[in-house]
Amino acid sequence: MKQGALLPSPFADWFAARGWSPRPHQLELVRRAKAGLSTLLIAPTGAGKTLAGFLPSLIELAPRADDGLRRPHRLHTLYVSPLKALTTDVARNLDTPVREMKLDLRIESRTGDTPPHKRQRQRAHPPDILLTTPEQLSLLIASEHARVFFEDLQAVVVDEIHALAPTKRGDLLALALARLQRWAPGHRRVGLSATVADEEGLARYLLGHAPPPLEGRGLGGGVKLDVSDMSAAVARRRKERRFTPSPQGEGVIVKAPPGAQPMVDVLDSDARIPWAGHTARHAMPEVYAAIKAAKLALVFVNTRAQAELTFQELWRINDDALPIALHHGSLDVTQRRKVEAAMARGDLRAVVCTSTLDLGIDWGDVDLVIQMGAPKGAARLVQRIGRANHRLDEPSRALLAPSNRFEVLECRAAQEAVAEGAMDGAERRIGGLDCLAQHIMGCACGEPFDADELYAEVISTEPYAALPRAQFDRVIDLVATGGYALRSYDRYKRIVQDLNTGRWRARNPTIAQQHRMNVGAIVESEMLDVRLVYRAQSSRPGTPKSDGPRPLVPGRRLGQIEEYFIEGLTPGDTFLFAGEVLRFLSVRDTDALVVRAPGAENPSIPSYAGGKFPLSTFLADRVRHMLHEPKRQKLLPQQVRDWIRMQKKRSVVPAPDEMLIETFPRAAKHYLVCYPFEGRLAHQTLGMLITRRLERAGRKPMGFLASEYAMAVWALEPMDDLDLDALFDEDMLGDDLEAWLAESTLMKATFSKCAVIAGMIERKLPGAVRKTGRQVSFSSDLIYDVLKQYEPDHILLQAAFADAGEGYLDIKRVGALLRRVKGRLVHRALPHVSPFAAPVMLEVGRVGVQGGADEAVLEDAASLIAEAMS
Amino acid sequence: MPLLSRPAPRPSRPRRRAVQALPPLAIVGSHVETRLGDTLVTALPDGALWIAEAKTLIVSDLHLEKGSAFALRGQMLPPYDTHAALVKLGKLIDAMAPDIVVSLGDSFHDGGGVARMASSDRDLLQGMIARCDWIWVEGNHDGRAPETLGGVVRDVLHIGALVLRHEPTEGAAPGEIAGHLHPCAKVSGRGRSVRRRCFATDGARLVMPAFGAFTGGLNVCDDAYAEIFPDGVTALVLGKDRVLPAPMERLLSD
Repeated sequence: MKQGALLPSPFADWFAARGWSPRPHQLELVRRAKAGLSTLLIAPTGAGKTLAGFLPSLIELAPRADDGLRRPHRLHTLYVSPLKALTTDVARNLDTPVREMKLDLRIESRTGDTPPHKRQRQRAHPPDILLTTPEQLSLLIASEHARVFFEDLQAVVVDEIHALAPTKRGDLLALALARLQRWAPGHRRVGLSATVADEEGLARYLLGHAPPPLEGRGLGGGVKLDVSDMSAAVARRRKERRFTPSPQGEGVIVKAPPGAQPMVDVLDSDARIPWAGHTARHAMPEVYAAIKAAKLALVFVNTRAQAELTFQELWRINDDALPIALHHGSLDVTQRRKVEAAMARGDLRAVVCTSTLDLGIDWGDVDLVIQMGAPKGAARLVQRIGRANHRLDEPSRALLAPSNRFEVLECRAAQEAVAEGAMDGAERRIGGLDCLAQHIMGCACGEPFDADELYAEVISTEPYAALPRAQFDRVIDLVATGGYALRSYDRYKRIVQDLNTGRWRARNPTIAQQHRMNVGAIVESEMLDVRLVYRAQSSRPGTPKSDGPRPLVPGRRLGQIEEYFIEGLTPGDTFLFAGEVLRFLSVRDTDALVVRAPGAENPSIPSYAGGKFPLSTFLADRVRHMLHEPKRQKLLPQQVRDWIRMQKKRSVVPAPDEMLIETFPRAAKHYLVCYPFEGRLAHQTLGMLITRRLERAGRKPMGFLASEYAMAVWALEPMDDLDLDALFDEDMLGDDLEAWLAESTLMKATFSKCAVIAGMIERKLPGAVRKTGRQVSFSSDLIYDVLKQYEPDHILLQAAFADAGEGYLDIKRVGALLRRVKGRLVHRALPHVSPFAAPVMLEVGRVGVQGGADEAVLEDAASLIAEAMS
Repeated sequence: MPLLSRPAPRPSRPRRRAVQALPPLAIVGSHVETRLGDTLVTALPDGALWIAEAKTLIVSDLHLEKGSAFALRGQMLPPYDTHAALVKLGKLIDAMAPDIVVSLGDSFHDGGGVARMASSDRDLLQGMIARCDWIWVEGNHDGRAPETLGGVVRDVLHIGALVLRHEPTEGAAPGEIAGHLHPCAKVSGRGRSVRRRCFATDGARLVMPAFGAFTGGLNVCDDAYAEIFPDGVTALVLGKDRVLPAPMERLLSD
């Protein structure tokens, strides 16, 4: 039998003893490993993906473990996962087969939590299999003797590769993998992925490219190149070129058979579906009923605020006192671990959670996934559905609970997409220059590098394949001297070139150590601990405040919250956190001090209202089509169909390739509403830009609002007669965008993150002295201002701009939108608000206008003085 | 994302005594005039103080060459901070035509700053020094180092009833103008907050904002100010192009 040939006896016996038989894709990976081939394995949850990834390594290691001669333990397999918790989990899962087959293997994990003495030991005596995160891999590469550590490497397994590839962490990982390729040219790469739209793209990410032929490269921008120098360089590169391209070509992808088709239902609520809002409060009784009918339900929401609210609402109607728990990233770790353990024990009936439970670990027998609000993307939905029922042959069950009418459409579109197996494609990511800077510095801290070699290595990765040499050289300069046109820091280089070999290395050990403290692409926003406090003596409302505050007794830490959220609070405000209504008292050091505020039914401050994930382009497109094709609306609830019909009557339902713009007067103001369906971030950017233009056109815009589906502007002057083609022209992404970005706080925040990743600014380390009690040493805002003024084309500003284009501001998507609707604008001047506009209008008034708001805050305060003085 | 948070209606808060303790202020165009004792002083939007009766311009905590000081240690901050501060100062000197310029200490970020300075910046600075009486007050960062550039160094300077020194004295010190603390104010309102540099004063004494391009700040709500301003403090906040006073009850701590 084929299986017998592939599986040596201890393994075949082990499978047999458990009454299992290896799955075809697991055997295929063994076969491919024997042939030395790299593989991207695409498999649904529950298909034995992890074992498939490790089985070839275990088989290879088994005879060595067996032959009596103790082979020196060398690093054989490196496993990289996006989650720290996953490394621990995998280590535990591997332990069983290794123990039962009596394999003499050392399997160890290395994460941020690994104590220094263990790290030291791992470096001196590497385990056979090391389980780690991308950050730790970067750190290993930035250590001396890294080459020796990795020299014997046979396999790299990247888990959840689909989640890593489109991120900055993915950039760093790709660069790190390229480095390993140099040190251990023979090793194979294995990627483990959930179902994705762009399999080829992911395979390219995993394998990278062979470097292009040397001829012609580097000459592109060449103006005055010394020919003798050039040929010498080429000759040297040829001589030293030991770079073996990864095995390319067809047959890299192995696909496990898809599991049973998931059963996805969209909640057709009897209750009235709200026009607007994101809470799905109306659907709670039905959601509760669904939980009651299931064994263990995961209730996914899109934001922490929604998690808190859903949790509250469910408990409000929890007449059967079902054990329902809450899990999100801001909760205290011990709290989260408790919930996870309870899930695993089967003590819970439902867990309300955010994306913290999207990936990886199995915490129990989940048989129903409920998605509150729209899923925002088909891939995300599939991933979440996969959390239910890890037996492949039974269908996973999922229930979507839309929270407003537009979301009903979005949920239907997602349901259709899942049924068709269609997926939203992630756009190809261009590697961040800040990440490249970090990698270059890391290389210099480890084995000194040759710039030509490193460049070849860098462009062999998918994210940096198109990086021009000139940019690469600028990034080297950024690392060395800050990359300023004014060459004043040439004296203080962080990395220096060896005079003989031309190789770059860190100037001194202190600089290298500094770098190692700052590795990683995750830059947390400033977080404060939320801490419950008690007054030394209880105070009753109404009792006069005594002189001098009673001492506050600090109590339990509930979790962490973003500093900017707390900044928006005034003492006395109430908010939802960790499943409770809390009253904010004050900030002390790194703590936000709070007390419980029972009885405060409606917390005065919800956290952010919108979703963290923007609607995917793919789903948006499907929603636009659904709106226009009556036959696809059959499954929609009657209320929603009526709503669309009314829109057709009162205004118009645009064709999928058109964009509808409505203008109408209301309550002494004039409104302009457009429906791009491009997600809140893109709409917000569009709103900022359109408002600027309307201001110039003298329409006196007062403000705007962006939802996931539409953008509304209101003004004092009518806007019926505007030249809309000019208003929505693509050229707004030129000067208008520049001018706005220059003042945008988002841009400053983006820059600050880039500066940290690139190593210009040091990361604020947890436990380091906080700014309280002393001055902040400098502010990245001020650095941004100065740099913007004196060197606007600095490479780090370019990096920040590129980030803004993808991330916070979604400029890329605004650009695509403007191109898409050019010449396809449909305008209706209406006497009053249309059915589609109503949901948007309901959100108007919830969100204030922030144009020039910083100054307004100051003016407000100053007017108090003026009052007091008059 | 503060843009998405909903500003909730706020209950009006009771006034605290800080409002009663408010020093006499007058908003004059983009400036704020106030009195320290009997002397009229004007807070300018760039963070300089103008004493009209002595034709004296005071700036504090220039922290020149801070960028290069960080670069020395491996953080390559943009090398434009010195130039930016000097250009700003030059414009002020052009506008006010002072007889005396006082740099109230920490003029350089460290003792080696003078030596690291680019020659063009040095020329710029020495050109200014040549135009007026220039006084360096000693700071804790730079000591007497700037002396080599011209001007005179003093540890304390008296101008009429005013006393100018770098570090504020603990306890009462009427008429004192100091720097050192880099006061900043976080002003709340409309559901958000704004953090800016500011002058801190109670009508008797005053602490200057830092003038340097990269200088961070210490919030005026910090305990460090309690000894200097036992009866509370008013922040004269540096807005975009004007000075705006903010009362104690609108100030947040960090």
